[in-house]
Amino acid sequence: MSNALETPTIRIRGLRKAFGDKVVLDGIDLDVAPRTSMVVIGGSGTGKSVLLKCMLGLLQPDAGSIEFDGQDVLRMDRREAEAVRARIGMLFQNGALFDSLPVWENVAFGLVARHKVSKREARARAVEVLAQVGLAATVGDLWPAELSGGMQKRVALARAIAARPDIMFFDEPTTGLDPIMGAVIDGLIVDCVRRLGSTAVAITHDMASARRIGDRVAMIHRGRIVWEGPATALMDTGNAVVDQFTHGSREGPIQMELRR
Amino acid sequence: MNALLDAVAAVGRALLGACRLIGQIALFALEGLSHLARPPFYWRLFLRAFLDIGYYSLPVVALTAIFTGMVLALQSATGLSRFNAESAVANLVVLSITRELGPVLAGLMVAGRVGAAMAAELGTMRVTDQIDALTTLSTNPMKYLVTPRLLAGLLALPLLVLVADILGVLGGFIIATVKLGYNSGVYLTNTLDFLQTDDVVSGLVKAAMFGFLVTLMGCYQGYNSRGGAQGVGAATTYAVVSASVLILAFDYVLTELFFAR
Repeated sequence: MSNALETPTIRIRGLRKAFGDKVVLDGIDLDVAPRTSMVVIGGSGTGKSVLLKCMLGLLQPDAGSIEFDGQDVLRMDRREAEAVRARIGMLFQNGALFDSLPVWENVAFGLVARHKVSKREARARAVEVLAQVGLAATVGDLWPAELSGGMQKRVALARAIAARPDIMFFDEPTTGLDPIMGAVIDGLIVDCVRRLGSTAVAITHDMASARRIGDRVAMIHRGRIVWEGPATALMDTGNAVVDQFTHGSREGPIQMELRR
Repeated sequence: MNALLDAVAAVGRALLGACRLIGQIALFALEGLSHLARPPFYWRLFLRAFLDIGYYSLPVVALTAIFTGMVLALQSATGLSRFNAESAVANLVVLSITRELGPVLAGLMVAGRVGAAMAAELGTMRVTDQIDALTTLSTNPMKYLVTPRLLAGLLALPLLVLVADILGVLGGFIIATVKLGYNSGVYLTNTLDFLQTDDVVSGLVKAAMFGFLVTLMGCYQGYNSRGGAQGVGAATTYAVVSASVLILAFDYVLTELFFAR
């Protein structure tokens, strides 16, 4: 578990991002301790995905800082940013598998790009990682379009962990899956993160998934983190916004804002 | 007065928008080309794009060229006969095909076939996060997706046009000798006597430019598409329309450069 005195693997301060007049992130502060799984929850359109894209370097924030192990990635040159990116694994919401490549090449893509391994070695590693997410070696020869939603998610997870990243991001890992498959994917995520000793950040609005994956949970609301604490306390935080969200209540501050 | 100002402002906004768009496309093209000088280069993707443009477009380009040559011979024979200049048919066919119709028609056909497909493929990759996934996997999407396609377009279309030139002239030859009763030996002699290296080379240079424009617009529109299936559809349309208009505009510019005295 995390040590409070350790430098956070991820430290975000005063992160702001607006699209035109619409302010999406309005001063996000967040720390993620080493080897900790942080789940960010929040309603649709509250900026969870924007926060994740800023952390991944896919969006440039308007202000603030994002530090990985004490180094601000927003002020790095291209080569330094690439070195940081090589430490990251990402599971996209819809898998984002490359249609034009068979499954094994999808899984091995990061290995080949980052570590220049041979084709034979990459294939062997892909089969090994597919096994870790419960898929047979024969799946490696299929195309992404031939897989079910759950299998695509597993392949996407295999691709995310293939290069043994020490920081992992998960975007809505259980969206579009039935509850059982959702639990299976969550279990695989927890296993992979623990086995690799990675630091993980997941965003979701699935409370069951948040409790299964997270050591800690933060709630984003109106562009700010309104609560952060252990996952075990999630269902009884004493924070009206969080409690309404986690219990799915119709009445509460979030609905009051919608009515205005 | 206010209405006049509004109108001027609207024109100004449109002009600024057009300048911004041209600038964005130019920067996109420069970035795509700049990766040619910076390894790694994805040869497999280049070969795939080269085959797609150069080989799989061959049937449509060949049919277009041969029928165009046939129509050209027929039309020019009837037109020139009014001036008793039927002997110029071979000359007219070969110059029209090599200088203009070969590269322009091949460019337009490839824009419809390949430009649209590229925009749709890259657009789908954009809206399904595959382009973002490339970035997270330490792969520059411009280098991986755009640069091989630009180079393939630049190199494949001249080869296609070379084939189109030959088939276009062949189409004219068939109509002239079989239907119009021209002597085949005389027709071929006329064709070869009038044809100069510059005619073919200028057509091939045009073809290289058109191939680059088709792939550039396909990649640009697809890479920057937004908004799901509708956005991908719009990107595909814009790719074909913009490439077609640019082909015709650059055809004029290049003709002016090569042949204006």
